[in-house]
Amino acid sequence: MTEETIQSVVCTVCGCCCDHLEVKTKDNAIVNVKNACAMSTSKMLGYMNERLTQPKIRRGDKLSNSTYNQAVDSAARILAKSKSPLLYGWSLTSCEAIEVGVDLAEETGGFIDNTTTTCHGPTVLGVQEIGESSCTLGEIRHRADLIFYWGANPVHSHPLHMSRYSVLSKGRFRKSRSERTLIVVDVRKTDTAKLADVFVQIEPNRDYELLSAIRAAVRGDEIEQDEVAGVPVERIEEIAEKMINCEFGALFFGLGLTMSAGKSVNIDAALSLVRELNSKTKFVIMPMRGHFNVNGANNVMTWLTGYPYAIDFTQGYPRYNPGETSAVDLLAREECDSALVVASDPISNFPLQAAQNLASIPLMTIDPHETPTTLCSDIVFPSTHVGIEDTGTVYRMDGVVLETRKLVDPPKGIKSDVEILRAILKRLRTIRRLG
Amino acid sequence: MTGIQVTLLTGRSLGQGRAKEHGKLSELYLQSVACCEVDAEDLKTIGVTNGQNIRITTEHGSVVVKGIVPTQTSRRGIAFMPYSLWATQISGSDTDGTGMPSYKGIPSVIEAATEEKILPLEELVQKSFSRKTSKKGRK
Repeated sequence: MTEETIQSVVCTVCGCCCDHLEVKTKDNAIVNVKNACAMSTSKMLGYMNERLTQPKIRRGDKLSNSTYNQAVDSAARILAKSKSPLLYGWSLTSCEAIEVGVDLAEETGGFIDNTTTTCHGPTVLGVQEIGESSCTLGEIRHRADLIFYWGANPVHSHPLHMSRYSVLSKGRFRKSRSERTLIVVDVRKTDTAKLADVFVQIEPNRDYELLSAIRAAVRGDEIEQDEVAGVPVERIEEIAEKMINCEFGALFFGLGLTMSAGKSVNIDAALSLVRELNSKTKFVIMPMRGHFNVNGANNVMTWLTGYPYAIDFTQGYPRYNPGETSAVDLLAREECDSALVVASDPISNFPLQAAQNLASIPLMTIDPHETPTTLCSDIVFPSTHVGIEDTGTVYRMDGVVLETRKLVDPPKGIKSDVEILRAILKRLRTIRRLG
Repeated sequence: MTGIQVTLLTGRSLGQGRAKEHGKLSELYLQSVACCEVDAEDLKTIGVTNGQNIRITTEHGSVVVKGIVPTQTSRRGIAFMPYSLWATQISGSDTDGTGMPSYKGIPSVIEAATEEKILPLEELVQKSFSRKTSKKGRK
């Protein structure tokens, strides 16, 4: 019987990448976890639930057990025949796996995209257009006296964000809640909004107007309307005053901005507001990244191809044009002839028509668990959990790089994403060489 | 009773987050995500009590889920569904040229569906992604 308590474990759920977890293992199983949020506890204690244990290949209507080598060979043959495969997912695996994924995409001459495409893609577009005044989460924890959550509900989406990095944390220079002001902007009074000093209830799909009005107020321009986006002008002017007069402001934003009408222009407006505030005070902005390594996917894909997501290799060199080369658009237009999904569940998360088109082409999935995507797949590879059964590098939402720990050995025969992808790439190259 | 117009948001909930880590084929997951939070007065208007099934329809599709009174403060005319296969049944693939579908601020109609069933996940997958009618591979 072996028992071990492992400190400073990096959580692999959301973009917070909390690195203060304490995990107890016994006989190669996780038995307890401390300092984790509800989602993280669920993952750590449930990592063996609905586990895939054997590669599978679809024969007729059913997925049947297969050997690993047969599955690798079949997957490589599908990719070899494809003219426009889509390699999708990547945000719940390691940077090391993503690197192999990019090599595989280049070898196949297909598309590679990650979950940014249905999450903070508009944020990336905005940052490319305007630029990002930012810093690490540690700086915000220690210095910020004014904090916004706009279109984000961290109590539900990033449960430890406030206590680790913002209003409820103990910073070096801001030691308590009373030294911070929290402003929440949302269309409904969420559990996060209930904790705010100021809650601004905005009409749905009106974020661009409100951001523009705040920008005008910050500039000192007069706003002619009585209210904008359902918010009285007096309130807008108060918010602008608070922003100008703070010592260090931080604006966290979520999918309320990226998914509502306007999408990337909402982000343009938010980034511009923060940039303009820096002529009066110190202000930063940061997107609340949803997955533990979506930022890693952006970084790896950028340093290898020049682009952070929605990359097209069909011309023999990387091209990037979200709206054209992004996964949902490609699938909606039926432009892909096969797909390899890694550590993601697009059948659940993509709009129905795009998901149906994905299910209708040869679909291969690499995942630790059974999901709707694996249920629809033609080839399924069981894989290990990064940060539980395998190490791997990840990027936190603020760009800080963290090394995850291996806590337990994986179930017998289960390989890592890196190994599986390397095997498929090697087999694909062999098939191509042999003609 | 007829349906009423609402603006649908889809997003994260803590229950959805916990349950997806627990397992997507589980009863816990179904209970956590196959639901739609609707203001109590709006539920009353369509003749539904807390916990009864409702049908929510957009221009892209229609789905039956459980209608529940929000745990977070709501307002009339706003409905919220956690991210899930039930939510994407009614989402459109148009990304306005940005790559991002419109998962929030979706014009929708909700109506009572108290006699209708919520499809469990595997049945919903079978219905939505039937391999018999699929076109596998491209020529």
